[in-house]
Amino acid sequence: MSSYFTPLYFVCFLPIVAIVYSLVPKKVRPYILLGSSYAFFWMLSGKLLVYLLLSTASIHHFGLWLDKIQTEKKAAVKLLPRPERKPLKKKFDNRQNAVLVLAVLLHIGLLLVLKYTPFFTTNLNNLLAHFNIEFDLTVKRFMIPIGISFYTFQAVAYMTDVRRGVIKADTSLPRLALFMSFFPQIMEGPIVRYTDTAESLFEGRKIDYTNFVFGVERIAYGLMKKIVVADRLNEFVKEVFDNYQKYDGGIIAIVAIAYTCQLYMDFSGAMDVVIGSAEIFGVRLPENFRQPFFSKSISDFWSRWHVTLGTWFKDYIFYPLSLSSGLKKLTTFCRKHLGNHFGPLIAGTIALFCVWLSNGLWHGSAWMYIFFGMYHFVLIVLANIFEPAFKKAAEVLHIDRNNGPYVLFRIVKTTALVVIGELFFRAHGLAEGLKMCKKIFTEFSFAGIRDGAIAKAGLDSCDIVIVLVVVAIVFAIGILREKGINVRENLSKRNIVIRWIVLLVLIFIVIIFGAYGAGYTPVEPMYADF
Amino acid sequence: METLIEILEELQPEIDYETCTDLIDAHRLDSLSILSLIAELEDEFDISIPTVEIAPKNFNSAKAMWELITRLQEEDE
Repeated sequence: MSSYFTPLYFVCFLPIVAIVYSLVPKKVRPYILLGSSYAFFWMLSGKLLVYLLLSTASIHHFGLWLDKIQTEKKAAVKLLPRPERKPLKKKFDNRQNAVLVLAVLLHIGLLLVLKYTPFFTTNLNNLLAHFNIEFDLTVKRFMIPIGISFYTFQAVAYMTDVRRGVIKADTSLPRLALFMSFFPQIMEGPIVRYTDTAESLFEGRKIDYTNFVFGVERIAYGLMKKIVVADRLNEFVKEVFDNYQKYDGGIIAIVAIAYTCQLYMDFSGAMDVVIGSAEIFGVRLPENFRQPFFSKSISDFWSRWHVTLGTWFKDYIFYPLSLSSGLKKLTTFCRKHLGNHFGPLIAGTIALFCVWLSNGLWHGSAWMYIFFGMYHFVLIVLANIFEPAFKKAAEVLHIDRNNGPYVLFRIVKTTALVVIGELFFRAHGLAEGLKMCKKIFTEFSFAGIRDGAIAKAGLDSCDIVIVLVVVAIVFAIGILREKGINVRENLSKRNIVIRWIVLLVLIFIVIIFGAYGAGYTPVEPMYADF
Repeated sequence: METLIEILEELQPEIDYETCTDLIDAHRLDSLSILSLIAELEDEFDISIPTVEIAPKNFNSAKAMWELITRLQEEDE
């Protein structure tokens, strides 16, 4: 088994885990989930499971250590009169901060070493060669355990939340271990907080009919997105990105859109499978997508796409940095001299730079990923700088910024910017990305489309119809969600026959129109190697 | 409370802070406004607002902000 998109997962792994889970007593159920999670991890990463075990043991230890200092602090502070408490509190806070810094450095350090050593050593070698220094470091590549970025971020959030007093350190090692390793989310997230799932995972809730049907519906919907659309687009996307020199700007523009669609259907489809799998066991995971292609700005887009990564960056990088004492003083100073809008912009931009550098590096250890992060950073900063000007211009031109056509214009503009960003993300390097982008603007033509280049590249008219129909279904559901209508809740209130017909139709769409078997290459989940 | 309203009005004058209860949820105050606001509140009320308190429930209305300020002042004593 290589992922949760393989038949082995649906036909064997998930049903067996669910059956065994249902048969054992309530107290044993969490241990079935934990054992299954480690088995799943083992099947994907083998002995690299030891990294996950070490991380879990480490956060258990650091959490308890942080809690111990907190308890000592409370006891010591109580013994002193109020005016003398502040310095003592500060002393204990500093101790807690030192423990947290050590813990975070260990976890992030290990992540950096395993994932980024080849990138850093290659660039260092290039730099040394540039200055004619004869010193060549060996580029060492490590085996990387599945989902290391996801569980490391969860670990950092857990320890930081214990330090901040948001949660108490968990004394139960198995509960913490299950929170770190729960099999549906280990490959691609979502990045959950301890308060999101730790308790419910360990409760051992009974698998009931409602959760089961909701879970299976969600899994089928995800499979439809992934197997029918994302995998179908794969051949076309691969062919054009591999041989972009052969194609004109029109085809390049279409492939950029197709790749954005593929990535969304693949990743959001995976999230449907993940959330649906967890739902079967009565566990609610946080949503990772909120109709991203209805975004009115780039920052709006990133609050709807990979939501749990965005909130992680906001809570553990953006606010702690922008509200650090140095940047806070800068904000106060700038506000006095530059006013309310530009005052916080400098501190905010410095913090935002760190967020987007991290975001770029999160996506991969290559310059084009750093460029991908910087591209979004620049777009967001420009939008922040020019916001007062846009506001003023709208007032002067009597444009209501909330009216339909203007909102539509903003959505189309944001989507176009996202598509360009994804073109760089998929291209074989920054230089290729730039060349492809240039082709769209300098060699745009409909000739390739008319000559049947799309079909020759692996996407015939039948494929296009299937893709468009499923995209239309997903788009229609997106519109309903935007209007606050919960499609699944509404469906659950319908007659049982209608509900089962919908479920069976979804399953048959996947079986009949799925891009698998002869003529298709199996496609691994696109967001799995993080 | 009056001082708080004055600070808020200086930040975004077009909002009615006496009645508005969705300052964060409706994106009336963005993350940059929050940075300004926090620096100002910490100076004015001699408090330290931890990152963990920067949540919609504490900043959605002037009333919620006032409750946060008084709570932090009490905790700091």
